[in-house]
Amino acid sequence: MTPLPVTVIGGYLGAGKTTLVNHLLRHAAGRRLAVLVNEFGDLPIDADLIEAEEDGMISIAGGCICCSFGSDLIGALNDLAAMEPRPDHILVESSGVAIPGAIVSTMLLADGIRSDGIVVVVDGETVRQRAQDDYVGDTITRQLSDAEIVVVNKTDLLAHAVQTELMEWLAEAAPGAIAIPAERGRVAPGALLGVLPAPGTGQPAHHSDRLFDSLVLAPEGGQPIERLARDLATGPHGVIRAKGYLRDIEGALWLIQTVGRRWEVTPAQGPHQTGLVCIGFRDRLDRSGLAALAGATV
Amino acid sequence: MAETIIYAARKIITMAPSRPEVSHVAVRDGRILGIGTLEELASWGDYRLDDRFAGKVLMPGFVEGHAHTMEGTLWRNVYVGWFDRMDPEGRVWPGLKSIDAVVARLREAEAQMSGPETPLAAWALDPIYMENRRVTRLELDQVSTTRPIGILHASGHIMNVNTRALELAGLMKPGVNHPGIPLGEDGLPLGPLYGPDAMTPVGPHVGFDRAMTDCDERGLRDYGKLCVRAGVTTCTDLAARLTDDSVDMMLRVTGEEDYPACIVPLRVFFGMSAEEIVDYCVSLKPRSTERLRLGRIKAVADGSIQGFSARLRWPGYYNGAPNGLWYTAPEQMSELYHRALAAGLQVHTHTNGDQATQMALDMLEPALKAHPSPDHRFTLQHCQMADAAQFRKMRSLGMNVNLFANHHFYWGDEHYRLTVGPERACRMNACRTALDTGVPMAIHSDAPVTPLGPLFTAWAAVNRITASGRVQGEEERISVSEALYAITLGAAYTLHMDGEVGSIEVGKRADFAVLDSDPTQADPMALKDIGVWGTVQGGRIFPASAL
Repeated sequence: MTPLPVTVIGGYLGAGKTTLVNHLLRHAAGRRLAVLVNEFGDLPIDADLIEAEEDGMISIAGGCICCSFGSDLIGALNDLAAMEPRPDHILVESSGVAIPGAIVSTMLLADGIRSDGIVVVVDGETVRQRAQDDYVGDTITRQLSDAEIVVVNKTDLLAHAVQTELMEWLAEAAPGAIAIPAERGRVAPGALLGVLPAPGTGQPAHHSDRLFDSLVLAPEGGQPIERLARDLATGPHGVIRAKGYLRDIEGALWLIQTVGRRWEVTPAQGPHQTGLVCIGFRDRLDRSGLAALAGATV
Repeated sequence: MAETIIYAARKIITMAPSRPEVSHVAVRDGRILGIGTLEELASWGDYRLDDRFAGKVLMPGFVEGHAHTMEGTLWRNVYVGWFDRMDPEGRVWPGLKSIDAVVARLREAEAQMSGPETPLAAWALDPIYMENRRVTRLELDQVSTTRPIGILHASGHIMNVNTRALELAGLMKPGVNHPGIPLGEDGLPLGPLYGPDAMTPVGPHVGFDRAMTDCDERGLRDYGKLCVRAGVTTCTDLAARLTDDSVDMMLRVTGEEDYPACIVPLRVFFGMSAEEIVDYCVSLKPRSTERLRLGRIKAVADGSIQGFSARLRWPGYYNGAPNGLWYTAPEQMSELYHRALAAGLQVHTHTNGDQATQMALDMLEPALKAHPSPDHRFTLQHCQMADAAQFRKMRSLGMNVNLFANHHFYWGDEHYRLTVGPERACRMNACRTALDTGVPMAIHSDAPVTPLGPLFTAWAAVNRITASGRVQGEEERISVSEALYAITLGAAYTLHMDGEVGSIEVGKRADFAVLDSDPTQADPMALKDIGVWGTVQGGRIFPASAL
C-alpha cells in the first residue's frame, strides 16, 4: 500500500493554525482529510462543519474526520492508517510550543506513513517581534527552521515595504521553506497538500486560482533525477510543490517530491505514467525556465 | 460521648508555637483534644491512657507536598535501582551496582513468570552511577528473547528494551531515524529509548501503558503502605489525570476504613483548555472527603534539567546543550492563572529551569493585579535553579515554593560537572535563601523519582551531600528544626491545610509520625536513619509491622 501522506501544521499560539485547518477542510474537494490535534481543549473545527461527534472523534462533511491524540501520536496514526476507507491525507496540528521537526521524527516511527511536508503558520504582524521574545523567541525560530512552507497570515494588514522586509527576513529564518502570503489562512489546498488526481483519470487536475497556478512537465527522455529535484526545489522557478514520476538516464522510474526547498526522490513502486506536476505562485511560476530545466514540453 | 484516649510518649514534637515539646496528647473523634502533661489533659474528663508509644517520639504526621501515587503501581515491576529501597511490603531490595547484577535480578524474576510471552517490566535503573553505560537490547535478550522486556530509568525519561519489545512495537527495522532511538552498527535500534516520544510506542508492549502517571486501585492501596512506612499521613498526587473513573476509584479506596493517608491529587494542565480545567476542578472540589482532597491544579512549565529539557536563562546549559522545551506556553500559563484566581482555585507550577521560574513569576503578577487574591499560595514546584532575586519576587507575590531538596543527593554531581556547572549546582534548591527571604517553603521527594521519605529529604536539605560524598552548596544548608518544619507545617501550608494538619495542636486531625528516636537530638548525618514505627492517621493506628 502506498504510504499515507502526513502534513504537520505548526506555528506559535495565535498564528492561525486552526483557521488554516478549517479552510483546508472547507476546500477538501473530495479529498478525505483526517485532522489530528493534540489538545482536546481546543478542538479546532468550525461547528457548521461537524456532522457527528463521539469518543473524541469528530466526523466532518465530505468524509473528513478530526481526532485528538493526547500523548500518543503513533497510536492515533496507526488507527487512522487502519481505517476503512483510509483517509487520503492526514494533517497533524501541533501545539503552539511544539517543534514540528520532532513531531515528524516521531510520526515516522509509525508504519505506512510518509511525511508530506511541514507547514508553519505565522502571524505576519507579530512574528518578527515574537522571534525576539526572551521566552518563546527560540521556539519560534526553531519552528521556522524546520518549515518547508510558511503560511504568513495577516499580510493584507502590512504595508508593501513591510511585507517585503518580512519576506526577506523569512528567507533567512526559514531557509528550507517557501513563504506564502495569506489572509486568514486562505491558501489553496493544492499548494499545501499537493494536487489531487482529477476524478477517474489518474491524471493530475489542473490547479489555478488568483494566487496559484500549476503546470505539468512531461519530458521526453531520461533525466538526471536527483539534480532535477534539487533544482525544482531550490531554483528560482516559483515552485511550491512538485510531484510526479520520471525516468532517469538508465530508464528506471523514480518518484520525485518537493515541498518548499526540500526534495526527495525514491524508486517508484509499480508502473506509473511519467509526468511532473508543479504548483507555484501564479505571478512567479517560470514556465519556460521549468521547461528548459527538464528539457520538456509544458 | 466519644472516648478520649491520652497517649504518653517519650517526647512529642508538636510544631505548636506555645508548646513545642510535650509528653502527652489527648485524642477524641480522630482529632487532637489537647497536648500537655497527663494532669492537664485529665481535666477533660474520663480517658483511657495508652502507653504503647511510651518509648517512641511523636511528630506531626509528615506531609509530602510533591509525590506521585504511581509509585504504588510501579512496585509490581522489578526494582533495579542503584540504591537500597523498601517496597510496600517492607522488603528492602538491595541496590544493584552493575548491569550484570541487573540482568541477574531480571533473570530471577523471569524464572518465576508463567507464559513465555508475558511482558517483564523493571524500573529505577540509573546508569549515571555506572559511568552512563548504555544497556543494549542484546544484553536484555540474555534474559528472554520471547517476552518483551522494558526497564524504566529512575528519571522516568529513558527506557531500555529488548529485541522482542522492539519487534512488537514495529521498530526492529532498518531506517529508523529518530533522535531518541540510537542505532547499532547493524542499522537496527540499539535498545535505549530517550524521551517520551521514543518510549510511547514501545511502553504498552512491555507493561508501561499510556496512562502510567496514574496509579491503579491496587497501586493506591500499596502507596498507602509506603506512606505508613515513611511516616506520611497526608500526601499529594501531583500530576493526576483525574478521569471520572480514577476519581471514583480514589474516592472508593481512600474511603476504605483502613486507608492510612489523606491523598491530595492535583489535575495536571494537559489535554484541556484553561477554561475547561478550571471548570472541571471547580466541579471536583465539592466531592472532596476527609481522605481525598480535590480541586487543585498542577501546571508544567518546562522539562527536566538532567534531561536538558528545562528552560534556562543565560548562560544556558554548562555543556552547551540547546535550551529546553516549553511544556506550556506563557500565554496559556497566563490564562490559567487568571481563570484559576478568578475561580479561587490553587495552582502549583512545575518549574525546573530558572527561565521557567521567571516565566511563572512574570505571568502571575498581572493575573494577581487583575484578580487580587490575598492568601492564594500559588506554589512553584521543584523551582530548582531559582536565584535570590526570584525568591524575593516570590515573597512579594505571596508565592510558596516546594524545593526538590534531595535531588542534589541523587543528581548533584551530574549537575556540577555536566548540566549547569559548579556555581549554579551549588545554589540549586536554595532552601536557606528561601527561608531567609521569607518564602513559605516545603521540600519534597517527587516519588517515584526518588523514594518517598520525608526524613531522607530533610537529611538532604540539612547536609547537602551528593552521592559521591561531597557537600555541595553548604551555604544553602538549613537546620534540622527548619527541615522538620518543612516536611510538616511547611508542606501543609502550601496546600492550605496548615489549619488542620502539620502540627500537633488542639482541633487538628490526630495525625502522627511515630519515630523510634528523636530527630532533634540525632546527629544531623543520622537523620535519614531514624526508624519509623508507623503512623497514626485521623486517630487510627497503623504500625508498619502490621501492614
